[in-house]
Amino acid sequence: MRPETEAELAEVIAGRETPLWIRGGGCGGVLPEGAEILETSGLAGIRLYEPGALTLVAGAGTPLSEIEGVLAVEGQRLAFEPSDLRAVLGLSGEPTLGGVAAMNVSGPRRIQAGACRDFMLGVRYVDGLGTIVKNGGRVMKNVTGYDLVKLMAGAHGTLGVMTEVSMKVLPMPEAQGCVMIDGLSPEVAVQAMSAALGSPFDVTGAAHLPEGVDGAQVTMVRVEGFGAQVEYRTGKLREMLARFGDVRVEVDADKVAAGWAYVRDLTGLCGVDGDLWRISVKPSDGPTVLAALGARKAQMDWGGGLVWAVVAEGTDVRGRIGTDGHATLVRGGGQPRFHPESPVNARLASGLRAKFDPKGIFNPGLMGA
Amino acid sequence: MEMPAPNPAIMAKKAELVRRLSEVLPSDAVIHDEAETRAYECDALTAYRCPPLAAVLPASTAEVSDVLRICHEMGVPVVPRGSGTSLAGGALPTADSVILGVARMNAVLETDYDNRFIRVQTGRTNLSVTGAVEADGFFYAPDPSSQLACAIAGNIAMNSGGAHCLKYGVTTNNLMGVTMVLMDGTVTEIGGAHLDAAGLDLLGVICGSEGQLGVVTEATLRILAKPEGALPVLMGFDTNEGAGACVSDIIKAGVLPVAIEFMDRPCIEACEAFAKAGYPMCEALLIIEVEGSPEEIQHQLGLIKEIAAAHNPVDYREAADADEAYRIWLGRKSAFGAMGQINDYMCLDGTIPVSALPHVLRRIGELSKHYGLGVANVFHAGDGNMHPLILYNANQPGQLELCEAFGADILRLCVEVGGCLTGEHGVGIEKRDLMVDQFAPADLEAQMAVKDVFDPAWLLNPAKVFPLASSEGRRAVKIAAE
Ligand SMILES: Cc1cc2nc3c(=O)[nH]c(=O)nc-3n(C[C@H](O)[C@H](O)[C@H](O)COP(=O)(O)OP(=O)(O)OC[C@H]3O[C@@H](n4cnc5c(N)ncnc54)[C@H](O)[C@@H]3O)c2cc1C
Ligand SMILES: Cc1cc2nc3c(=O)[nH]c(=O)nc-3n(C[C@H](O)[C@H](O)[C@H](O)COP(=O)(O)OP(=O)(O)OC[C@H]3O[C@@H](n4cnc5c(N)ncnc54)[C@H](O)[C@@H]3O)c2cc1C
Repeated sequence: MRPETEAELAEVIAGRETPLWIRGGGCGGVLPEGAEILETSGLAGIRLYEPGALTLVAGAGTPLSEIEGVLAVEGQRLAFEPSDLRAVLGLSGEPTLGGVAAMNVSGPRRIQAGACRDFMLGVRYVDGLGTIVKNGGRVMKNVTGYDLVKLMAGAHGTLGVMTEVSMKVLPMPEAQGCVMIDGLSPEVAVQAMSAALGSPFDVTGAAHLPEGVDGAQVTMVRVEGFGAQVEYRTGKLREMLARFGDVRVEVDADKVAAGWAYVRDLTGLCGVDGDLWRISVKPSDGPTVLAALGARKAQMDWGGGLVWAVVAEGTDVRGRIGTDGHATLVRGGGQPRFHPESPVNARLASGLRAKFDPKGIFNPGLMGA
Repeated sequence: MEMPAPNPAIMAKKAELVRRLSEVLPSDAVIHDEAETRAYECDALTAYRCPPLAAVLPASTAEVSDVLRICHEMGVPVVPRGSGTSLAGGALPTADSVILGVARMNAVLETDYDNRFIRVQTGRTNLSVTGAVEADGFFYAPDPSSQLACAIAGNIAMNSGGAHCLKYGVTTNNLMGVTMVLMDGTVTEIGGAHLDAAGLDLLGVICGSEGQLGVVTEATLRILAKPEGALPVLMGFDTNEGAGACVSDIIKAGVLPVAIEFMDRPCIEACEAFAKAGYPMCEALLIIEVEGSPEEIQHQLGLIKEIAAAHNPVDYREAADADEAYRIWLGRKSAFGAMGQINDYMCLDGTIPVSALPHVLRRIGELSKHYGLGVANVFHAGDGNMHPLILYNANQPGQLELCEAFGADILRLCVEVGGCLTGEHGVGIEKRDLMVDQFAPADLEAQMAVKDVFDPAWLLNPAKVFPLASSEGRRAVKIAAE
């Protein structure tokens, strides 16, 4: 089904007793075969955009590409840098604002700018009883009542169908630069990235690719800003990181952008058979986790704190990542997608799901019990 | 502002409660003498006072758990307290409640510069978190003006912000994990030194829940490397519209200052009389701060100056050094003190879309005439968070009520133009009854359902945030169970 308005959606849900799977662009690849689908594409369109207030409000079914296009005209962007995993997941379709919000999809800049959830100012959603609820708003500072916006972000559709999302947007920087070191082991790479991230130079990306674009190991550190600023900061970082190896600096905007798109979209992991895992850990644990995975191919982002790995089908990596972190199965099957929560947190989460979706209609069994 | 009548059945159990609490806490950590409980009768919303049944000062998560378990078993409401600087009455007790203060829990548990976090007990004050890492070149970004006194506990509960949040975000954007005790004494950990905790974003909903979901005892906070330097500029305009348009153009141009503060004429005059910072006398004044190396700062200031010139500022001053920077900030930082000198004042905290600024200031001026009360505006202009300060005389009967009515009208105006009731101080009791102006019943119901899950008996800070009429059924369940 494909409701055209929020009211129509609410009516459908109110009368519904059996499960529904929410589909934005369908690029997440979670929809089970034969499931009854709720399309959000009818709930689309940009409803408000005020560049001077850094705010955009759009229907949840709005294609991300449309939003990014409109922002680009004003020299602005979604600063959490949503990735595009279509290639690595082997899926087509148009990712939507609602899909990205429901997954809390955040790219390399997450370490500096924040995650998708940090840029979500407000939501409207329909809960499992067909009630229309709004939370948050369109202003940047808002502590009026509980923050259900965060709860909807990353709920993977299990608490309700978002119909509208308000986002904080940011200016696109004038320039970007990348500082690179070749040939570092993952351990030394994380030390170098920690040094860069602990500097005052406002690093907006820090990644290590065991096999970079040209097949060799590369550690990458990004800065963004005004031209003079990028020149100054890359220079400082070059000096600072010289003790780790030979440092190269790239300030050609297209090349820097291409390099980070490669990291963001997991281009290096495309075409490798196996299960794809996303593992968030304490950055200094990254190399240990990497070694323990026995991955066919892997990369580290977020200064070591985000490991993406392709491993043999059916491997459960969750026992190999220590206790401070979690792993999500992004591509693959045969086991739960999400990391088991502690018993208390699992009880709270299932309590919340029971309140928001008492009939158990939305994406049943995707998260938790 | 009304508070629910104390439950006599609970009051009658005081002796037993004190006895049981004294079994799990050292004697100096259980305060029940009526003269001594007065120390906990209010927070910074001093117009409302009520001594609690008792106050406890646990020193560990285990002790917090013991206290909550006992109160839960006995059906006694608990009001968590950090430093008591809430301006919304968030830490105001009821006569039948126990104040649970975390002030004794102020240790640094772990600092990790490689992974850029610090783990502290939540009784630690905001400024002393930065104090623990600044010798090593780091800082904790959220910086409420009350940072010398307020605790991380209250910051998390209120999701507090500060002058620098335009660049660094508020508490929720800098909080990575917590240890929290539920009302029944269950201890849980959420998040940690990794980003984006597993499962539903429980951390996100706990932050800003005003002490109603659990007692937070430990927190993992993101720390950042200190910028190389920072400098403010000051500019004056002869209209509010001019100042507002200048802010919008600076943001559109891609300059992202760390702070943009706005003051209107009454505020400028009061600050000037008090602090003698040498401010220009004009309709609107902006203080804009940028960060970076000396060259980077000069570059950004150059851009700002160019943009500002298009809006005909009547005055424009750059700080050449730390001393001049200090003078520029002096007036703004003493705004609250300046107001306190002249009068009693009530500090509001609504947020509006930045574009609505001129309209809202005009309406506030009209309302000021209508109520016959003066008002001065300080404003975080980058993010639309307004702090109108309404001046009144607390000793004159009827003035507090008049002031509250004026404040309520301003907050309704904020909602009407697309903003909200509170940008950083929280709802507490102060804006509780206005929640119906911002939210439909279903919106409030969804929020209360979250509390049902974390605190089914509605014993944690139950009389806050939600209008008493909306929460009555839930609180009544508890009373009926007595
Ligand atoms: C377990 C998992 C983890 C992933 N993690 C990442 C990641 O970290 N980074 C990344 O770039 N990509 C990730 N992906 C891919 C990600 O799904 C897509 O990048 C993005 O969500 C695509 O948007 P879409 O509109 O196509 O979403 P869809 O595939 O249509 O939906 C994605 C999920 O969101 C729900 N959903 C969609 N619209 C709404 C709505 N309006 N309201 C409520 N729920 C809705 C769906 O039910 C589904 O669960 C992940 C995929 C999976 C399966
Ligand atoms: C002069 C002045 C200036 C201010 N400036 C700012 C500002 O710039 N920005 C800003 O955001 N705020 C500001 N405030 C408001 C206030 O300082 C903040 O709300 C602060 O975070 C409160 O912290 P606290 O420790 O004093 O909390 P308290 O006042 O003790 O409590 C506040 C709330 O937190 C709850 N709470 C306390 N401890 C816990 C715990 N351990 N677990 C769960 N809940 C708990 C309480 O129940 C209550 O609801 C200012 C206040 C004053 C007096």
